[in-house]
Amino acid sequence: MKLHIVIVEPDKDRARLMIDSLRPLGHAVTVIAEATGLARRVRDLAPDIVLIDMANPSRDTLEEMTLASGPLDRPVAFFVDRTDRDLTQQAIEAGVSAYVVDGLKPERVATVMDAAITRFQMFRRMRTELETTRRALEERKLIDRAKGILMKARGLSEEDAYALLRKTAMDQGRKVAEVASALVTAAGLLS
Amino acid sequence: MNPTPLRLGFVPLLDVAPIVIAHEMGFAAAEGLALDLRRAPSWSSLRDMLLWGQVDAAQMLAPVPVAMALGLGGAFARLDILQVLSVNGDVLGVSQALAARLRDAGHDFAFIDAQGAARDLARAAGGTLRIGVPFPFSTHVELVTYWLRDTGLDYELCTIPPPRMADALAAGEVDVFCVGEPWGSVAVELGAGTLLLPSRAIWAVAPEKVLAARHDWVCANPALTGRMMRAIWRAAKWLSAPGNRMTASDILARAEYVNAPAELLERALRGEMVISDKGELRQVPDMIRFFDGAASFPWRSQAAWFAARMADRHGLDVAASMLSARELCRTDLYRANLRSAGADLPGASAKLEGSLQHPTAVASERGQMILPPDAFFDGQVFDPDAQNR
Repeated sequence: MKLHIVIVEPDKDRARLMIDSLRPLGHAVTVIAEATGLARRVRDLAPDIVLIDMANPSRDTLEEMTLASGPLDRPVAFFVDRTDRDLTQQAIEAGVSAYVVDGLKPERVATVMDAAITRFQMFRRMRTELETTRRALEERKLIDRAKGILMKARGLSEEDAYALLRKTAMDQGRKVAEVASALVTAAGLLS
Repeated sequence: MNPTPLRLGFVPLLDVAPIVIAHEMGFAAAEGLALDLRRAPSWSSLRDMLLWGQVDAAQMLAPVPVAMALGLGGAFARLDILQVLSVNGDVLGVSQALAARLRDAGHDFAFIDAQGAARDLARAAGGTLRIGVPFPFSTHVELVTYWLRDTGLDYELCTIPPPRMADALAAGEVDVFCVGEPWGSVAVELGAGTLLLPSRAIWAVAPEKVLAARHDWVCANPALTGRMMRAIWRAAKWLSAPGNRMTASDILARAEYVNAPAELLERALRGEMVISDKGELRQVPDMIRFFDGAASFPWRSQAAWFAARMADRHGLDVAASMLSARELCRTDLYRANLRSAGADLPGASAKLEGSLQHPTAVASERGQMILPPDAFFDGQVFDPDAQNR
């Protein structure tokens, strides 16, 4: 029997990757991108499982559904299968949270969660790599600006300006980018 | 000796102040603690981080540990309530369209009278009202449902994350909201809404956030728990000095904490609320309180009040629910850990809620302490020991 899985994910590319990993398992997948009216839309779709990024603040909206009264009006309950600590721990570390229909067989949930966790671990790696690249770029820009300031103010060559930045950083036990940032801020205040 | 690392979780709101100040102003370091503050994107995520050991303790909505003890909601573990982090601090606001209807109906926006505001709201509603609250288990929900219970007003609660509240009001997703500061003031600043009441107009001493930790963690780490409690209690004391409000606002405003303008954070700390984009100012003594009047004491009667309200709404046994909620309040640890720090301690651990109309002297370990008014807007008195309510 195939499951109906709802993915709450505003990012199109991430949603696509999730679909690609869950459909081959034979499940039907629906994506909700909008935060507006989230609880009602999920309730209308009546899925077996809802997957949502733990970093998504709209997750709290889904908690409403755990309060529905009767077992049949209660399409979703929080995924803490208390017998499977490992899987839950992995899910939390990967940053994926899930709400499942009460009474759904744990092993059926487990296969879906395995696939979701793998994807989310990949998302996390991609996010970290992106962040590292972005920071490296920013630092590079800062250092270039600091070099420019030194070249102008002290008549240094580009090479000497960088050497001075690096020596100052080493003397103070700080990173070159930190010294550059301080210089750029100070120059901004003085200009 | 190396400081002991301690991971504390929080959600960006003004009332995280005692935790942030404990870290920034050296109160944690003085207890030999190196705090690692982790910001959570939502209450459910923070709860899960706490349950699954990604943080050791956390700022938590006061009703969350109670709801868990009652088996309500999506996750279960016994959480201990170690101390109260903040009392009051929420505001109720309405959309500009609803504000206009309220003014037409003669509402004065005096920002004091909860009874009058409920009556006028019922008159101006013109259909089902959607009321935004931050979480299904929150002081906000308990206060709003208590406030509106006899008005005949038709309403629906919608969960909206606090930083999104102003947008949700502007977009017409909700007509009314109840949210912790500074997010109500942010809505005013963006021109999205007008403030109707401070939460204290409904209950004058509603415990808003508590310091919570897993019961098994507390049992396994008694000394560490004590050091954490003292650091945060001293930070709350520091926050109670009016001269520190500006520094506190500047620190909390930072991107890694609340990420909102310092000027807006300071309004609630000073109790000077701007309620509309016309700049109307309202003085609210006790808009938010961290320390004075035994604010941080985890009264068992307050947890029992939440339990009674929740049990009643969800069809659970009220007496049994009250009993299990009382157990969560670690007044024993509060007494043992904070006595040495110089805290005066109330003689009792539970009281009649809503019985104080004026500041009142009550018995304390050192003689007497003054408790502030704790009245409910409708004059009801809640007796936590009454068997039949």
